[in-house]
Amino acid sequence: MNANEKPSSRTLGVLAFPVGMLVVFFLIPFGIMVATSFYHRDPGAFYTPAFEFANWERLFQPVFLERALFSIGICLLAGAVCIAIAFPFTYFLTRMRRRPHVALLIVVLSALSLSEVIVAFSWYILLGRASGISNILVWLGIMNESAAYQPSFAAVLLGLCYIAFPYCILTLYPQLTRLDPEITEAAQTLGASPWRTFWTVVVPIARPIIVAGFLLVFVFTLGSYIIAFFLGRPEHWTLSVFIADQASANANVPFASTMAIFLTVLSLVVVGLVGLIESRTRRLT
Amino acid sequence: MSRRPEDVRGGLRLEGLVKRFVDVTAVAGVDLELPPGKLISFLGPSGCGKTTMLRMIAGLERPTEGRIFLDDQDITDRPAYTRDIGMVFQSLALFPHLNVAGNIGYGLRIRGAEKDRIAARVGELLDLVSLEGLGDRRIQQLSGGQRQRVATARALALEPRLFLLDEPLSALDANLREQLQVELRLLQQQLGITTIIVTHDQREAMTMSDLVVVMNAGRIEQVGPPLDVYRRPGSPFVAGFIGRTNLLQGEATGDGSIVVAGRPFDVAGSADAAGDVTISVRPEAAQLVSDGAPDRNALSGTVVFVRDLGELFECFVDCGLEEHVIVAGSPRDWVPVQQGAEVAVRFPADACVVVTS
Repeated sequence: MNANEKPSSRTLGVLAFPVGMLVVFFLIPFGIMVATSFYHRDPGAFYTPAFEFANWERLFQPVFLERALFSIGICLLAGAVCIAIAFPFTYFLTRMRRRPHVALLIVVLSALSLSEVIVAFSWYILLGRASGISNILVWLGIMNESAAYQPSFAAVLLGLCYIAFPYCILTLYPQLTRLDPEITEAAQTLGASPWRTFWTVVVPIARPIIVAGFLLVFVFTLGSYIIAFFLGRPEHWTLSVFIADQASANANVPFASTMAIFLTVLSLVVVGLVGLIESRTRRLT
Repeated sequence: MSRRPEDVRGGLRLEGLVKRFVDVTAVAGVDLELPPGKLISFLGPSGCGKTTMLRMIAGLERPTEGRIFLDDQDITDRPAYTRDIGMVFQSLALFPHLNVAGNIGYGLRIRGAEKDRIAARVGELLDLVSLEGLGDRRIQQLSGGQRQRVATARALALEPRLFLLDEPLSALDANLREQLQVELRLLQQQLGITTIIVTHDQREAMTMSDLVVVMNAGRIEQVGPPLDVYRRPGSPFVAGFIGRTNLLQGEATGDGSIVVAGRPFDVAGSADAAGDVTISVRPEAAQLVSDGAPDRNALSGTVVFVRDLGELFECFVDCGLEEHVIVAGSPRDWVPVQQGAEVAVRFPADACVVVTS
């Protein structure tokens, strides 16, 4: 079908359902959220429709801006850590023989069946003092007494990476499977060791999906709040924890809406910036 | 055996080479000595082990058994990136993230050559493969023939001792393929580089090679200059694979002649043949005789089909054998025959080759 032609009624019919779902379950709730962010909060009650900027003014307090920057920072870090581990892992996975290849893939992807709550609790226990992994080290005689590794920044980062890791692999997997093995062989016949081949051929060719996987982890972890809440101190909480806190504990839905919109816009800005940098550098090379 | 390395570069010796994969034996024991500076083709049907042989020589596949020597040095255990080879892959395997110059200069960059030297060498190579001024092009902008030339230039950039090509022209259309066969051959002669080309196309092998290695089922069937292999095939497989042939089943009588379908045949060099034999006669060596069958080296039959291809005239004759006898010739010296005509086909003694005995 020519792009200039009018779409047939059949095409419209096929598109109607997903577009309808998007409108009903995303655009309308988002619109409600935007409206709510201007509502007036009744202390002790709920909120009343209004048009005021109180919530937005409150947002620009140093504490929330600082939280927003922290959230972006830790989620970018989670993206970098995930890519650093998932990319080599997926690359070598796709070069393996079929049987171990599929088996490993199933194991990794089965982690997707765990809910975020279970993951958070599991790490909470594993990193704790009472029955955590440090007890094994004590039993082995490596440590004198057990220690707690949570709450801490590292524990939050670990949890975020854990839940995002399978998604990161799923993003990288299809293209790395299609990478022609003769391309890496060609590099080797031209004098590149496997290590140099990886850096001078595999990584540059895969750069678009590396960026895509990185952004996926960033956006995905930005929305997670259970991990940071369980495994971190308040100074390790991401903006999502504060949103959940405001919405449920404080029953301040207008301010929670304001922060949620702010977070959405911030993440869009970061995604846009990374995309821009990627297309710029690609044009230069 | 006291050759100095500067005299000859790129002499290759394979000793008892075997490659077994989990469930198949791809190469089943190959001994081969290849002279330096020549173009050698590995010719055979798909699955005969020719590509596996090439990959073992390149270091991309480890032999299960046997050794590989390059200029009398054992390179069997050396990884591909230390072997001093250039290779053109079947998919060409050009780097999509680099432009033409980036592809050709990749090997030099890996070796840490200076920018100016890389640029100069890339310019030389672009001239060599007639791609002047296309260094800035992206790979995606090139035609199939241009890509093939880039792959060739990239493989030759480091002046390797061995130049390996794995069915490098198979993706191109017939006309371009023939043109590039000639170009590659001229390039190889100009550079004097030892070259091995894997192909399943006997015309390609005949066009390009100094030496043809015919392979079948993981083994070498015959090694020799292309015309020798064509004229004196060592087995029915080689006779059938390299060009078309007429195979005649016969029986050696012991007095130096062979009986085919009740007719006596003289066959050059068959004095010691005994028992059941197969004789190969190329279509263009067979002759039509319209005025009665000669006593020896001839079969009579009926013309079942005639075709004139312009450059070639062909006649299919039913001589009562399992398959029709094919007689081919230049239209210039052709005796016109009609379909259904009774003729005799003469097989000159010096054109008959015993391929089994």
